[in-house]
Amino acid sequence: MSSAHTGRRSSRAVLHWVGVHSLGVAAALFFVLPFVFLLLTSLMGDRQALTRDLWPDTWEWGNYAKVWHTPGFLTWWRNTLLYAGLGTLLTVVSSVPVAYALAKFRFRGRRLALLLVIAMMMLPPQVVVIPMYLFWAKQLDLSGTLWPLIVPMAFGDAFSIFLLRQFLLTIPDEYLDAARVDGCGEVRTLLRVVLPMARPGIAAVALFQFFCAWNDYFGPQIYASDNPAAWTLSYGLESFKGAHHTNWNLTMAATVLVMAPVIVLFFFAQKAFVEGVTLTGVKG
Amino acid sequence: MTGAHPLRSKRRRSALRTAAFLSPWLIGFAVFFLYPLLSTVYFSFTRYDGFRQPAFNGLDNWSYVFTDYPLFWPAMRNTLWLVLVMVTCRVAFGLGIGLLITKIKTGTGVFRTLFYLPYLAPPVAATLAFVFLLNPGTGPVNTLLDAVGLPTPGWFTDADWSKPALTALALWGVGDLMVIFMAALLDVPKEQYEAAELDGAGAWARFRHITLPNISPIIMFAVVTGVIQAMQYYAQPLVAGKVAAGVIGGSGQQFEPGYPDKSTLTLPQLVYNLGFQRFDYGTACVVALVLFALSMAFTALLMRRRGGLIGAGE
Repeated sequence: MSSAHTGRRSSRAVLHWVGVHSLGVAAALFFVLPFVFLLLTSLMGDRQALTRDLWPDTWEWGNYAKVWHTPGFLTWWRNTLLYAGLGTLLTVVSSVPVAYALAKFRFRGRRLALLLVIAMMMLPPQVVVIPMYLFWAKQLDLSGTLWPLIVPMAFGDAFSIFLLRQFLLTIPDEYLDAARVDGCGEVRTLLRVVLPMARPGIAAVALFQFFCAWNDYFGPQIYASDNPAAWTLSYGLESFKGAHHTNWNLTMAATVLVMAPVIVLFFFAQKAFVEGVTLTGVKG
Repeated sequence: MTGAHPLRSKRRRSALRTAAFLSPWLIGFAVFFLYPLLSTVYFSFTRYDGFRQPAFNGLDNWSYVFTDYPLFWPAMRNTLWLVLVMVTCRVAFGLGIGLLITKIKTGTGVFRTLFYLPYLAPPVAATLAFVFLLNPGTGPVNTLLDAVGLPTPGWFTDADWSKPALTALALWGVGDLMVIFMAALLDVPKEQYEAAELDGAGAWARFRHITLPNISPIIMFAVVTGVIQAMQYYAQPLVAGKVAAGVIGGSGQQFEPGYPDKSTLTLPQLVYNLGFQRFDYGTACVVALVLFALSMAFTALLMRRRGGLIGAGE
């Protein structure tokens, strides 16, 4: 009796296991196949890339070298690294003290300040782009450079401030009080006590900011489009397709080269990423 | 003298300290938010091409946008379509994948990584890839559909299919929602499920009466942030339209936006079209303010005390 019962239960468990995992494999195909086709096409010859074939006849690894040596590609690469790297550094340095004050100081207008940060976070960049463009291009004559993209990042980024604040809220006040009792000023408390504990939050913000700049299309389109020497990968990639009109293999190879750093970085910093995404939505 | 008001001077010191910590953002807020926002309002009432001085023209730009500008209502309709259909699909699919990943017991890490990775793909790169994959003649997707005898749509080259194609692209990048839903689902108290199971509740009843109520704040969060993302939807529809139309990218290219037949046109593209291709900054600012009003309305939803972003503790 009891063995028949467990037998039925375990066979149901097996069925459940099989069902869930076949669904999982089906979903995995949906997420993976685009990458597979992308890679396969990037390795086809020029002629074959225009056919309905799915599998390369010959493996043209040289496509990647061709893309790499396309005029401009290295410049775009360098610009993107500069925009994403310097921008991330500036964002973190300017956002940490703001997030700290919003999470841990008691002051009048704190709620209002937080509401404004969230409002800024939700603001589509197109809303303020006309005056910003006129400011950078007409008054400062800096269009065609990366400065209009990088400089604003030195003044705190709303999303980073919000994310960091959510993270800092999880640090118990007792640690801060202990530091203050020991005679630390706020700056020392922030640098010596809070920063080491906030490392995962800072890592998450830095990664998001890096990818945000890496992926940005609108900013470079507005400020850098009239000077190819200031293009970034995201913006250059689209014009790359224009210049290599029929060459899907080369376009896909370029696409792989633009995606690759993001994916490599993800494998080094999976935890920080997932933690950051979770913080935005779940812990309030 | 200074000793007479120790409390006041202490208070002033702490206000100064707060201001010092907030200063990067205070400057950023004034220079990159408040000033341009007020300028946008001002320009919206002027005729302005960026060269001659702005000339006040009252509500002319506003009435032009709402009654005569041929691209405004198509863009508005597309944006609403994306808000309704794309956001619904993304939330439902994200929840489905989130549920699935909590049930998977073998190789969870591998599955989670596979589901998450496309979210990280740069939008322009992902869009280029999808235009190629869904290429009606030679794209792998239609090749596969044809092989199993299914109809092969024109995707990005067919006005009826271009938005569903964009939706497929958005579903591919659902990894962020998967992570959020997964975290919320794992937080649902196990005892509630055990109690329901003892009462003989089936899988659907458990989902309906335990899972859904427990995660409804997160669903709300996903819907509202999804709506705001849909309002800002820019690079994907623009690049998809341009590449599918065969427009050569690069500087100063004039093109009819929204290929095919305005079906991939969104509100943010109009700001670019009016401001940076037609140099009609005044009218561009009107569209920018429409966008502002819509996103702030949805943001207000997010900031409610219950189920909002700020949380009950504030």
